[in-house]
Amino acid sequence: MFTIFSRIVHYGLKNFYRNGWPSLATVAIMIVSLLMFFGLVMFNVVTGEAKNSIQDKIDVSVYFKTNVSEDEILNIKQSLETLPEVKPPVEYISRDRALEIFAERHQDDPIITQTVRELNVNPLEASLNIKAHSPEDYPKIANYLKEPNLAEKFDKVTYFENQKIIDKLIRVIGIMNQGGLLLTIFLAIVAGLVVFNTIQLAIYSNRDEIVIMRAVGASNNLVRGPFVVEGVVAGVIAAVASLALAAPIVYFVSPYLGVFIPGLNVFKYFYTNLLALFLYQLLFGVAIASFSSFVAVRRYLRN
Amino acid sequence: MIAFQNVCKIYNSHSTALEDIDFRINPGEMVSLVGRSGAGKSTLIKLLIGEEKPTKGRIFFGQYEVNKFQDKELPAFRRHIGIVFQDFRLLLAKNAYENVAFALEVAGRTQSEIAELVPQVLDMVGLSDKVNNFPHELSGGEKQRVAIARAMVHRPEVIIADEPTGNLDPFHSWEIINLLQKINQLGTTVILATHEKDIVNALDRRVVTLDHGRVIRDEEKGKYILV
Repeated sequence: MFTIFSRIVHYGLKNFYRNGWPSLATVAIMIVSLLMFFGLVMFNVVTGEAKNSIQDKIDVSVYFKTNVSEDEILNIKQSLETLPEVKPPVEYISRDRALEIFAERHQDDPIITQTVRELNVNPLEASLNIKAHSPEDYPKIANYLKEPNLAEKFDKVTYFENQKIIDKLIRVIGIMNQGGLLLTIFLAIVAGLVVFNTIQLAIYSNRDEIVIMRAVGASNNLVRGPFVVEGVVAGVIAAVASLALAAPIVYFVSPYLGVFIPGLNVFKYFYTNLLALFLYQLLFGVAIASFSSFVAVRRYLRN
Repeated sequence: MIAFQNVCKIYNSHSTALEDIDFRINPGEMVSLVGRSGAGKSTLIKLLIGEEKPTKGRIFFGQYEVNKFQDKELPAFRRHIGIVFQDFRLLLAKNAYENVAFALEVAGRTQSEIAELVPQVLDMVGLSDKVNNFPHELSGGEKQRVAIARAMVHRPEVIIADEPTGNLDPFHSWEIINLLQKINQLGTTVILATHEKDIVNALDRRVVTLDHGRVIRDEEKGKYILV
């Protein structure tokens, strides 16, 4: 068993080396397909980050009437945090803190600074900033806030003012999720088919050799094995090469993407997840190449 | 012993390749299968090696009934046979040594056995100086000698040569026939399918003549007669 296995590996490696150009052509096609696959992975990272960034911008702010006490507000804060849709913690901004923030924000504007200093009463309201686990949860939170015993304490709830925009953003995020998934599936299938056809062609050109091996008495495993090994070798080389090619591209593109989606650093993601990305590439490359070889040889193993 | 019992091979209603084939080949014999192109020689060989199944009849190879083999059983069976083809059918990515060694490797023989047997056989066919040459670096005669070395290296009970001289000039043709005779003298059964009259007549051995898919003559010391 070990003898046969070692012979299969030996033939596979030797054939890969001796086939030269055809092997190189297969690797080249696989690199292109793996780059496409890598592009998909990165596309998902970028859209995921964009989605998070949009989601992060959505929140519901509740402004309390100035006669509502801090204890009451903190009670409401606590009750909100127990809702399954709410992502804790709910941020509480007291009237004093609101005034501080206001003053800080306008510290370069002497008129406003002067006006605030001359006021005896703090005109700003205390507020709670509520974030949901997912955008679809905001309507539920909004419904909760509509309860009469709560609503009477509120001066303003921003959700009702921004509802149209929030609903639109929720729809955009939904489309991004579905579209991204469909695109990923479609392009992954295309990349897989390209590799599959390339390997089928390579094996088609070796069909006479397969017939000869069978005539000499080679078992199916001994005929098929070396082709699978060749596929695996091509997959490994293509995985390494595709990442090596992708690295500089990601490096140059990263700052531009950072402009569109603040906080997104694709290159940082690339090098911190290099091992995981390599394993994705390796798994995709090796799996598709060895499966293609396995299937492509099968049709020549009759008689 | 090889036996064909009432074998028929019909591809379709317009094409009957073999009909009522019924003869035996005893161990150690050298038999020439002769006939015009399309007479059924190659079909007979394909049936014997299990590449095709007969429409009717039974084919025996020693204790095996070839027509009953499943696809997966064929490789092990073929290790009992050595096959030489008109177009050599060498593995192009392997050199002469590796082509011959392949027949032993598929049989699971050890590296030390292979290292001992392959040079011996290549020496016997006169190619000890071409062990590292790839098929494209060999002449037609040399390629066929590599094919014969591959066919005989695992000491098969039977060597089947399907038009082995079809692509060779007269000089190299005789080289190959002499080799096959030598192998036969060592006790291996040799089945030679050919339509080369001079060779068959000079061999002066058993000749089975096929015409339109039927055996029309079977003579112990036969000649090439197609009438």
